[in-house]
Amino acid sequence: MNQKDNFIKGFFKENPLFVTVLGTCPALAITKSLENAIGMGIAVFFVLVLSNLIISLLTINPKMKEFIKPVRIPVYIVVIATLVTIVEMVMHAYLPALFVSLGVFIPLIVVNCIILGRAEAFASDNKPVDSIIDGMGMALGYTMALMLISLVREILGSASITIWGDLALDITPVFTFIGIQPISMFLQPVGAFLTFGFILATLAAITNKKSAKLATEVKQS
Amino acid sequence: MSIGALISLAFTALIIENVILTQFLGICPFLGVSKKRSSALGMGMAVVAVIVISSIITYVLYHGVLAPLEIEYMRTIVFILVIAALVQMVELVVKKISPALYKALGIYLPLITTNCAVLGVAIININKEFNFIQMLVYSTFVSLGFLLVIYLFSMLREKIDSAPVPKAFKGTPIALIVAAILAMIFSRFGGLI
Repeated sequence: MNQKDNFIKGFFKENPLFVTVLGTCPALAITKSLENAIGMGIAVFFVLVLSNLIISLLTINPKMKEFIKPVRIPVYIVVIATLVTIVEMVMHAYLPALFVSLGVFIPLIVVNCIILGRAEAFASDNKPVDSIIDGMGMALGYTMALMLISLVREILGSASITIWGDLALDITPVFTFIGIQPISMFLQPVGAFLTFGFILATLAAITNKKSAKLATEVKQS
Repeated sequence: MSIGALISLAFTALIIENVILTQFLGICPFLGVSKKRSSALGMGMAVVAVIVISSIITYVLYHGVLAPLEIEYMRTIVFILVIAALVQMVELVVKKISPALYKALGIYLPLITTNCAVLGVAIININKEFNFIQMLVYSTFVSLGFLLVIYLFSMLREKIDSAPVPKAFKGTPIALIVAAILAMIFSRFGGLI
């Protein structure tokens, strides 16, 4: 596999949120605004890239790999928890507003299945450079998925798009032009489940159509 | 702390601020292990046991060791290690004492380490500055709320299996939409208090 495929696979083919359905808790909880999704994405990017790098360095020597095999899960968890603590402290110091709105979900990055999953499935069997690229692709794919969910929820729920801090787009005029009101239900838990469910169903419909097309092509040839 | 306040805290933890449907903790097992009633019950009971024990241990550790030494920033690392060790220990003890129970719960126990509800409740207990009794009531009823919702949800999912669902919605999407309807019902209980 070349580096480009390695990077791209996190976006579509193996998207952690939409294809393997990992890391769903933050995807439902913090996607009330685009700003939250971007903040969460940055935190996950930092932790995932560095944890992939450290774990692939730890297991680069076959002897070392054999040595930590029986205790590998606790070792991975300590590495990840250390990185998450760094993120928590930096965010608390420099981005206090975001720190408050993400709340308990920053320390909970430790138990985000994506990070432990990549450590176990990819970083422990691959070279450091490959692992970094895999981590970047996966984290950006996850961020993209979070942004998609939060875009739908924020536009329908509060008729605005908050990109970062005061940099926000108010689209109430569009809503009044069409003659509808923002639906506050989309900012509540109900909206999170509904949005995620409908996005997954749309993606499944697209995949079904593609595979049906492929099947008829194979039959004809 | 009066009894009335404790009862209201228990009700809030169980229904109004339900751990799955309003706080979004423990969604992975909620979607993954709810296809059959028996496995949902097993997972739910294992989660109740682990949340209650780990909340007590992490609470005592935080207020007995971390806070006096002023190393509160270590809490994420310490808590997750405590939980991982605890899950292993519970597994060993259950295996030794009751093989029948181990057979029912055994496969769910290792999964609990990465269940965000366990670490989440431990951190919420500290963030909300509960005293010991409040912590005990909160963590017991939050975990019972997990058991209640995952069991209800598994019953609904067994019914959906035999229903004519559109092809694109099969599996996770329809489960999420059913969860949305459940969340709508649970959010209305807020008017009771």
